[in-house]
Amino acid sequence: MTPDTPFKRFVADYISSPTAVIAAVGMMVIILAAVFAEIVAPQNPYDLATINILDGSLEPGSIGFDGFHYWLGSDEQGRDMYSAMIFGLRISLVVSIVAVTTSVVIGLTVGMVAAWRGGWVESVIMRIVDIQLSFPALLVALMLLAILGKGVDKVIIALVLIQWAYFARAVRGAALVEIRKDYVMAARCAAINPSRILFRHVMPNCMPPIIVIATVQIANAIAIEAALSFLGVGVPITEPSLGLLISNGFGYLLSGRYWISFYPGIALLVTLVLINLVGDHLRDILNPRMQR
Amino acid sequence: MSAPILSVSGLTTDFETRDGTLRAADNVSFDVAPGEVLGLVGESGSGKTITGFSIMGLIEAPGVIRAGQVLLKGQSILGLPDAKLRALRGDRIAMIFQDPMMTLNPVLRIDTQMIETIRAHRDVSRARAREMAAHALELVGIPSPVERLRAYPHELSGGMRQRVVIAIALMLEPDLIIADEPTTALDVTIQSQILFEMQKLMTARQTAMIWITHDLTVVAGLAHKVAVMYAGRVVEYGGVDQLLDAPAHPYTLGLMQSIPSNVPRGQRLTQIPGMAPSLLNLPKGCAFAPRCTYATETCQLAPDEQILSDGRRVRCHHALGGRT
Repeated sequence: MTPDTPFKRFVADYISSPTAVIAAVGMMVIILAAVFAEIVAPQNPYDLATINILDGSLEPGSIGFDGFHYWLGSDEQGRDMYSAMIFGLRISLVVSIVAVTTSVVIGLTVGMVAAWRGGWVESVIMRIVDIQLSFPALLVALMLLAILGKGVDKVIIALVLIQWAYFARAVRGAALVEIRKDYVMAARCAAINPSRILFRHVMPNCMPPIIVIATVQIANAIAIEAALSFLGVGVPITEPSLGLLISNGFGYLLSGRYWISFYPGIALLVTLVLINLVGDHLRDILNPRMQR
Repeated sequence: MSAPILSVSGLTTDFETRDGTLRAADNVSFDVAPGEVLGLVGESGSGKTITGFSIMGLIEAPGVIRAGQVLLKGQSILGLPDAKLRALRGDRIAMIFQDPMMTLNPVLRIDTQMIETIRAHRDVSRARAREMAAHALELVGIPSPVERLRAYPHELSGGMRQRVVIAIALMLEPDLIIADEPTTALDVTIQSQILFEMQKLMTARQTAMIWITHDLTVVAGLAHKVAVMYAGRVVEYGGVDQLLDAPAHPYTLGLMQSIPSNVPRGQRLTQIPGMAPSLLNLPKGCAFAPRCTYATETCQLAPDEQILSDGRRVRCHHALGGRT
């Protein structure tokens, strides 16, 4: 039996790979933990009243003065690493998801317009994209943040400015293929408004590659944000992301207090691997060349 | 005969390519009366589809309409501003494409696509548009149209999809339908069903139609008039019976001789020798001369159009009128 809607078929295809299902479930757990950080985390690392500096730099598994169990140890200020990681994860995810969503919107619009208008409009847009993509992402981000300064919003702006070009290029490619298809000609013959043809007819058909790129770019955004925070130009110290947590523990790494950097690093790694697994499998399903 | 719905005269469409100017339609003229079907016949690349697109005003750079006149109900529609042209397209003139798998957008439901077409031209409510859409599906013989409206294109068979496409074309009761090989992608039984339905609807509504095809057997059963195109020119134009009974242009004759059913089993089909010429590099004079068995010295000069006694127009120095 073939399932009857494209969505059901998509779901049926997706669950055919156990790895991808596990990755998706893992992602869900991570996202839920980040969303409900206040409930999930045993301690609020921002609440100075609950943090005791005397509990600083405890080893994983230690018990604090007030009987609090530090499963993954604590940092210099006495913050529970486990709680700090969940809150850090939240910031990492928010930054990357907001940045990628904005990039997708900008990239879609710009790419579709380039494909539709053609001519010099397309040339100008695509050359800007080419120039943008010829610079290493981290370098561009560093330069931008040097100008913009620190802050969560600034990091998001920098990420958007790096990433929109990937989407613009992919969308233009997909849209060029779609625009030449008969249904667009048929819609034009029916005299449907050009902007409606573009966004209602062509755009949904360009979505599959964009979904895949977006997934991978979220992982990328998390990694870039972590790198920026590690280098000290990313998020401010009051809103520590995973990258900043790693950076905080870096100084203690060789003094034996490995856990301050180590566990946030593991969390970052696991998150990135899970996202990439989901993205890879999405690409396999949504790739028309691999369709059975 | 009543006044023609569509009157095309001297239509010439060029494509400016890097290798030179390509004349895709050269001085094309024909008329289509209400309720009449004109078969536009020719090989691939003979300019049939370009002629259709020129009438629809869908020629885009590098294509240019160089000359000619297209009258829809006496009103000139060539060179109309875009907004006015859009009002005509889909409403007064509709087009049906060859491949129903490609003409419907795969990600939108049938109803979305039909309703938006209606609402692009008629100021009606969503609910009313839905009724109109269901009615149109019923007309083309789709069972339980209300349920079908909620389907996605991939849930329908090829024949069903082409019916939907035809329903969209007929929905707004246009004066003229340009059908670009609409049944080529379908199997024979579905093809004849759809031909039958279309014929019925055309006669009932007195809609004019241009049926672009390379299939002379379909033309024989459907069209009233035929225009045979070769290398961008109409080489023979006239009533379907005269034209098919006694083709005047050697090319028309060649096309007819290559229909399998005319030849006894086991005997080789007569082919037209050679290949259709490149439009960039047309032979001097008559474009068909190099492939023509009747060709002589005079064919080095382009033949003018001559009118035969039965009203047919032929472009040939050696018109075969009555010889077969």
